[in-house]
Amino acid sequence: MIIGRIEEAKPGLVLDHHAFRGDSTAVALPERLLELAAFLFEEGFQQLLDVTAVDWYERDPRFDVVYHFLNLTTQDRLRVKIRLREGQAAPSLTGRFHSADWSEREVFDLFGIPFTGHPNLERLLMWRDFPGHPLRKDFPLDGGDAFCTGDTGTSYAGRPCSMEL
Amino acid sequence: MASTTHSFERLDDHRMVVNLGPSHPATHGTLRIILELEGEYVLRATPEIGYLHRGVEKLGENLSYAQFVPLTDRLNYCSSLMNNVGYAQAVEKLLDLRIPPRAELIRVLVSELARIGDHIICIGANAVDLGAYSAFLYLFKERETLYDLFDLAAGQRMHTSFTRIGGLFRDLPEPFMPLLRQFQESMPRAIDEMERLLTRNPIWVDRTKGVGGISAEQAISWGYTGPCLRAAGVPQDLRKAQPYLGYDSYDFDIPVGTTGDVYDRYVVRTEERRQGLRIVDQCARRLEEVGGPVLVEDYKVALPPKDKVYTRMESLIHHFKLVMHGIEMPVGEVYSATEAANGELGFYLVSDGAKSPYRIHVRPPCFPIFSSFSRLVEGRLVADVISVLGSLNIIAGELDR
Amino acid sequence: MAENLLDDCVMTTRLDAVLNWGRRNSLWPLPFGTACCAIEFMSMMASRYDFSRFGAEALRFSPRQSDLLLVLGTVTHKQAPVLRQIYAQMAEPKWVISVGACASSGGIYRTYATLQGIDRVIPVDVYVPGCPPRPETIILGAMKLQEKITKESFRDRKEHLEAFYRSWDEQQARQAQGRTEFQAVRDMVVEAGETGQQRIW
Repeated sequence: MIIGRIEEAKPGLVLDHHAFRGDSTAVALPERLLELAAFLFEEGFQQLLDVTAVDWYERDPRFDVVYHFLNLTTQDRLRVKIRLREGQAAPSLTGRFHSADWSEREVFDLFGIPFTGHPNLERLLMWRDFPGHPLRKDFPLDGGDAFCTGDTGTSYAGRPCSMEL
Repeated sequence: MASTTHSFERLDDHRMVVNLGPSHPATHGTLRIILELEGEYVLRATPEIGYLHRGVEKLGENLSYAQFVPLTDRLNYCSSLMNNVGYAQAVEKLLDLRIPPRAELIRVLVSELARIGDHIICIGANAVDLGAYSAFLYLFKERETLYDLFDLAAGQRMHTSFTRIGGLFRDLPEPFMPLLRQFQESMPRAIDEMERLLTRNPIWVDRTKGVGGISAEQAISWGYTGPCLRAAGVPQDLRKAQPYLGYDSYDFDIPVGTTGDVYDRYVVRTEERRQGLRIVDQCARRLEEVGGPVLVEDYKVALPPKDKVYTRMESLIHHFKLVMHGIEMPVGEVYSATEAANGELGFYLVSDGAKSPYRIHVRPPCFPIFSSFSRLVEGRLVADVISVLGSLNIIAGELDR
Repeated sequence: MAENLLDDCVMTTRLDAVLNWGRRNSLWPLPFGTACCAIEFMSMMASRYDFSRFGAEALRFSPRQSDLLLVLGTVTHKQAPVLRQIYAQMAEPKWVISVGACASSGGIYRTYATLQGIDRVIPVDVYVPGCPPRPETIILGAMKLQEKITKESFRDRKEHLEAFYRSWDEQQARQAQGRTEFQAVRDMVVEAGETGQQRIW
């Protein structure tokens, strides 16, 4: 399997790996991500399908940036994760995978994780001066809009807006 | 618009910036393209998205797994059922749950019908943009029959929310199969009629052949999947490559193009509709033989039937727990992908055991395709921008989420 | 009397009745389609439901040439200033039908990004509920608008329009301070929400 080949050719590149429900996940160091991506590209994982992030706000390092690779020849998939602290930047994969372009911009927009080496790191889904990064866990669902939460005292339709189940 | 997220340096006299704004007849869904033109030639096309970003992923973190199903309908709203199926597959993968065979059959049947519907809209809208209004009207007549079929099956024309975790909402009612047979007879005639109008029409060919092409390596690098990738010459289809829902037991072909231009995408989509009808035919035959439930009988996951809820204590408690708390999920993460009409629709679910997902991310097929838009139209005419935009089938609902 | 001599070739009526008759039977819609409701609108324009029976076949995507703004689909906070600009560019008389739950009230999206109803930013005449509403429902909404137009007088709409243009000036003032139009409108919307007011116009 691919993780075995990585450990053989480049020992120490993968910090941790596990499999769950048929998905293989490898955890790598942010500093060596470009090296890992280059190796995966040589091994046939030539399509980077998606870059996303998860905010584990009670953990340090806070963020997981998650990459999903696909090997079109063997139809193998691999998930690669790197762990970043608040404010730490990730290396951009746009040099080798064009699909990283917008995916990394989206992660920057919604989580506030910068990517070094990205040609155009600007917000993608929200607007330029939007305050905050929406998908962080400390950003409220309604974005601070009192009309939505019903904190005005005269809430819309007389009922408080709440997502509590 | 007064300001943009882009700032332009002072342009010389030959260049003009034109805004193909968020409100435009040819932008299907809301997206914005800022074109830098020199006369009629496009020097650069910068897309700007986010006009339909509704916060679905964050909302999903506050809803239970079952409550997220209606939100998936509204991702790719032209083929809502495929999103339902894709999401249900992801949650069932996380739960390691097998659904009953009849549920699998019906999921394949409605997915293929939704795929045909999506391609109808894509080609219809593309044709309308280029002036071929009749093709749109003929195709929409078939889409109305599809709406009647979905209405019978799920109770709603477009946003069906047909799947449940563990199967389907309900079995197909009596009038479904006769109407399906009628559709199976009328649809091939409609596709033929549309082909007579478009495929060898010199105007259509002139506007679409050689326009917006992309090579196979570039398409792979840009993250293309689905008909746009197949039109570029890469025979990648998750239904054949990584089969799910029993697709490996069906007999169908995958159309593959050569140059990846607008014409090839049109031909690939037209042929996919014919192949979809083949699969629908096989499903319809098998449905007569395969019976059984359409929802798994594990009441920790799926609601028990009402007569049991009213007569047995355990069923009542299961119902209560499922509605008030939701499903007991294992801790872990999965990425599950299905072949939606536009390409690989992926759901990345991270669960920490709570009633809502900790993180739910949708990998939309048209997101990376649209990111390569500038590459496809550089050096071409403004009119080609419209042809290419229509052929990529950008659905803002899934692009922005 | 003179009318008896004129036979059937002349009809007497009131000015506002005949103008309203002309306006309601020749509505030129601007389909401001953002999401799924636009697909139901496409069905409505197609042969089975056929909106052109009501005189509204001439779709004009330019606000300068249309008089009915059909808002079809979710309007997000990023789209709100676009909607306001399109509404401001339309010439009077102009009407707005808010089609669908998302345009009427935010729909199922109670989030940071979605405007909780377009009536927070522009005046609305008819709300069509549904998610998405069936084409017949949208046609019913158009018929209700036609009834409303029948009963209109020239002076009715002045207050709403004046309020809207005052809020437009306020938006321009905030933009002059350096905010993007998106943040200017969002600030106005959130401030109105905090004071208990539903709308910014």
